[in-house]
Amino acid sequence: MAEPSAAIAGSEGTSWLRVLLWVILILFALFYLAPLYVMVATSLKSVEEIRTGNLLALPLAPTFDAWVKAWSSACVGVECTGIGRFFFNSVKMVIPAVLISTLIGALNGYVLTKWTFRGANVIFALILFGCFIPFQIVLIPMARTLGILGIASSTPGLVLVHVVYGICFTTLYFRNFYAAFPTDLVKAAKIDGAGFFTIFWRIMLPNSLPILVVTVIWQFTNIWNDFLFGASFAAGGAAPITVALNNIVNTSTGVKEYNVDMASAMMTALPTLLVYVLAGQYFVRGMMAGAVKG
Amino acid sequence: MAVAVTSAAPSRQIDWLGEHLPKIVLAPTFVITLFFVYGFILWTTFLSFTKSRFMPVLTWDGLRAYERLWANSNWWTALENLFIFSVLYIGLATAIGLLLAILLDQKIRGEGVLRTIYLYPMALSFIVTGTAWKWLLNPGIGIEKIVRDWGFESFTLDWIVQPDTAIYCIVIAAIWQSSGFVMAMFLAGLRGVDGEIIKAAQIDGASTFKIYWRIIIPLMRPVFLSSFVILSHLAIKSYDLIVALTDGGPGTSTWLPAIFMYKMTFTRNEVALGAASAVMMLMTVAAIMVPYLYSELRQAGKSGHG
Repeated sequence: MAEPSAAIAGSEGTSWLRVLLWVILILFALFYLAPLYVMVATSLKSVEEIRTGNLLALPLAPTFDAWVKAWSSACVGVECTGIGRFFFNSVKMVIPAVLISTLIGALNGYVLTKWTFRGANVIFALILFGCFIPFQIVLIPMARTLGILGIASSTPGLVLVHVVYGICFTTLYFRNFYAAFPTDLVKAAKIDGAGFFTIFWRIMLPNSLPILVVTVIWQFTNIWNDFLFGASFAAGGAAPITVALNNIVNTSTGVKEYNVDMASAMMTALPTLLVYVLAGQYFVRGMMAGAVKG
Repeated sequence: MAVAVTSAAPSRQIDWLGEHLPKIVLAPTFVITLFFVYGFILWTTFLSFTKSRFMPVLTWDGLRAYERLWANSNWWTALENLFIFSVLYIGLATAIGLLLAILLDQKIRGEGVLRTIYLYPMALSFIVTGTAWKWLLNPGIGIEKIVRDWGFESFTLDWIVQPDTAIYCIVIAAIWQSSGFVMAMFLAGLRGVDGEIIKAAQIDGASTFKIYWRIIIPLMRPVFLSSFVILSHLAIKSYDLIVALTDGGPGTSTWLPAIFMYKMTFTRNEVALGAASAVMMLMTVAAIMVPYLYSELRQAGKSGHG
């Protein structure tokens, strides 16, 4: 992916075309960067400076006041306790949900490629379809089920929901990855007497790093960024950060503090942005593994 | 099938557990899928045939909810918006993605940096995207104010507060979020094009423009299909972005089916109506996804693996 393809267009071609090319590329770069820049710049300004100054101007006296306020005392609905505790709600939700769904997906992929049985493909197709349902179709029954299980409006409830609707993706990723894994190696281990789990722990998992990274990143991003499930099943004290952010932005009491809104938005965005910056190529691969398989 | 042969032949100590272990490991996922996906689909479908209002009830009401759904003007608004949104969003995101991929494929210095910039919005939550664009598109403080401050006093960009145009704001933000992803898909596709074909065309004296238009873009058919499937799927499910950007407003002017479903079910005590709209959404997605998945799985089966 990193290497440019075989020379096509005239890199020697007319230079004004080259200039035009760069102009278009840079204009688009500005288009993508502008909202992020405005968010960061605004979050570092005072309310006074926002009112009088230009949206695009650099902060004259950068201050982290808005960040502090967003973290510890911004009003989420009627409670003014800041977005910090919701940040930790998300952390407490995302870690178990990612770990459990990834492990289950790895085992499923292993079974579906190396221990196939009659009907395994049908089961895989059934699981796969679950990735693509609009979640609106499950909201009402899920609300009821979580209530019956006694985990409505709680972090464990959200973990369950994200695991349930995440395993189709994790299974898909590991199945496609393990399909290309040499079956002879597994056969040889079986002849040597290695059992199901021995092969999984000793042979499959140690060779699964690339797909592990892709899956963990995909799951982390999706679960962290989820809003629909959070808003539907944990709107109170257990709400994830996306729900809290939306509440902060839409809290209409008092003076509108856009700098606090933007600082809150940045706090919501930072974990996934960080993952993207650190492991961007895996991120792309993960997104495409869900799309163009094989 | 290979499993049964190799594991059964050498030793006879394979007990029941050993033989069925793979199925036992897969069983929880199978049960979960049956219950939480297919069971819930049936459950919601059943509710759409009942008199459920504030709470789900079991009183049968036939197709009444569907009749009410299709007589509901908000549902028609939602469908109309979905149509406008999907056409513009899928069309423009695909066009921009393809354009950027082709431009980036011209041996650009700093390609990696540009690619990172184009793609990062995909890592953000739609709520963050909505918050940022809500601020930029706010006439009093956003882009309109900047341009006016620059001296263009009559410049107006108040789409977000106008019922007729607010839906275009959602299109802009959605394109901003996903066009980089489409670019990444096309770029991967372009990198997979056989260089020999291009060289042959160059020797024949075809211009760069012609090579792209006649040879390379037609070769991107599978990418067009994948990105269409993904984007249409995203469009039908669109919910978060609208909540953050307009919350369906002004009035009900930016309702999409997902918003309709949520409001009916959770705030307007119309559970049966909400369930009926969810069923319609599922059927729309299935009409796109089932043929796609079927052909993908069949291709995978043909090429064979393991």
